[in-house]
Amino acid sequence: MAHTEGHQHSVGTVAHVEGQQHPIGIYLKIWALLFVLSAASYLVDYFHVQGYLRWFLILTFMMMKAGLIVAVFMHMVWERLALIYAILLPPLLLMFLLGIGALEADYTFFTRETFFGPGPAKPIGH
Amino acid sequence: MAQPALTSAGEAVPLPDGLQGVVADWSSDQRAFKKVPWGKAMMWIFLVSDTFIFSAFLISYMNVRMSTTEPWPNPSEVFALELFGKNIPLILIAIMTFILISSSGTMAMAVKFGYEKNKKMTFVLLLITAALGASFVGMQAFEWTKLIQEGVRPWGNPMGAAQFGSAFFMITGFHGTHVSIGVIFLIIVAIKVWRGDLDRQAPGFLTGRKGNYEIVETMGLYWHFVDLVWVFIFALFYLW
Repeated sequence: MAHTEGHQHSVGTVAHVEGQQHPIGIYLKIWALLFVLSAASYLVDYFHVQGYLRWFLILTFMMMKAGLIVAVFMHMVWERLALIYAILLPPLLLMFLLGIGALEADYTFFTRETFFGPGPAKPIGH
Repeated sequence: MAQPALTSAGEAVPLPDGLQGVVADWSSDQRAFKKVPWGKAMMWIFLVSDTFIFSAFLISYMNVRMSTTEPWPNPSEVFALELFGKNIPLILIAIMTFILISSSGTMAMAVKFGYEKNKKMTFVLLLITAALGASFVGMQAFEWTKLIQEGVRPWGNPMGAAQFGSAFFMITGFHGTHVSIGVIFLIIVAIKVWRGDLDRQAPGFLTGRKGNYEIVETMGLYWHFVDLVWVFIFALFYLW
């Protein structure tokens, strides 16, 4: 027992001493970048950019901001690969939920148009 | 580059990097997450579960928005404010975004000064972070009040699709709750730093664990996550 405790203590001490220490400049740079990216995505709305270009810009800025926050502010780039995989891979499953949700929404929209709306999609002969 | 870890006997064994490192970490007869305090690993796992909750909200919002035959209220106009006699679209949301990003910046620096055992700077930065978070919640309360006065309800609104209200109150309400809880914990951590609990390794009132500056980083992970969720809400709810 004493042996196990000693072992845990030594590992804890090592982690405590090391921590995550990085120069302050990198945080300030990422902060400035996040400001620029937020301003850019606000300007997309301000100048009424529409269509596919709007979607492309909004999603690009969103992913860049998310990436910077996770990578630097949350220190993910400095972690070991075992932790990175354990945290970042499971959310990829959500892509399936996203796809299923979009498919179902298309179908619901189609049936609503067909049965409730005055749309052209009414069955022929009625 | 291989990094050493201590065994029970105290000698260093090399930790391999890359994919070999993943296999070695997960198959080792110790803990899988090396060089990470367990509180931090647990916080990460909690944040993964929270990611699934917010994704479920955002995906169901996408589902109802795509399937409604009524026109969706234009967020750019709904969230416009009149400032200096001009109608500026989405301005309050933009200010809230900048405030939350700034609070993330001060939080990241609080973690840095915490590991340097700079008590005063850590305390001040934690308090600034909490103040920015509280002002964010205040603006959200203002926004809710404005929309409720305009007749927006979870079951309908005068501007268009009824689902707008339920999606808005559910998503921003859940996020605002996260921010509020974060502000409370930021203040608790700030008090612990100020009193020197973390320097003295005083046991926590709830867990009895020895205090140390790792809790500032764990707190930081939660706070950055709240900012991260807002990035997605800002893009998908307000800018769609």
